[in-house]
Amino acid sequence: MTDNTVTRAQLAEAVYQEVGLSRNDSAQLVDVILEEISQALIRDEMVKLSSFGSFQVRSKGKRVGRNPKTGEEVPILPRRVLVFRASHVLKDKINRALTGAQKGEA
Amino acid sequence: MTKSDLILHLAEKYPHLLQRDIERIVNTVFDEISNALARNNRVELRGFGAFSVKRREARQGRNPRTGQQVSVAEKYVPFFKTGKQLRDRLNGIEGTSDDD
Repeated sequence: MTDNTVTRAQLAEAVYQEVGLSRNDSAQLVDVILEEISQALIRDEMVKLSSFGSFQVRSKGKRVGRNPKTGEEVPILPRRVLVFRASHVLKDKINRALTGAQKGEA
Repeated sequence: MTKSDLILHLAEKYPHLLQRDIERIVNTVFDEISNALARNNRVELRGFGAFSVKRREARQGRNPRTGQQVSVAEKYVPFFKTGKQLRDRLNGIEGTSDDD
């Protein structure tokens, strides 16, 4: 069932169909939305999109990792990673569609 | 930043657009992503990241409080992988190529 990949182009097309903007403006709006979210995250702000989910940046400390192929120890430097948590609305929607499960079922 | 903050930012940036339309645009984008995931499709947004759905097999679980066995049904969980460009930008590395 995983055959279609949705990209920025399809999101722009959906915006184009929904509002009376040109194709160009629709594509630009999609880019600007993603850029606004990116910039908030770079500023270390949590981004909460109701009924969709939230994005949060976590700072990870330095640790020693291992190259799984060679077993060699390599230092992993402190870094910032992005974590997405889907909202219950989104999880329920996906599970209703793909399993027919009841709302809120584990 | 909440969805309404995002809508306000965009309204400032695009004074010629109605706030009502901006709201519809933002909702359309996230509804479109949600609908794609509900069809078990992948959503790949270059420079930002990719959303996908992973299937979790049905399993025998245990209620941690009572220790009682319960069967947990098969389920699907949404998953996000940060794109390379955004991951770099979060770490203060600018100007890398835009591949995902």
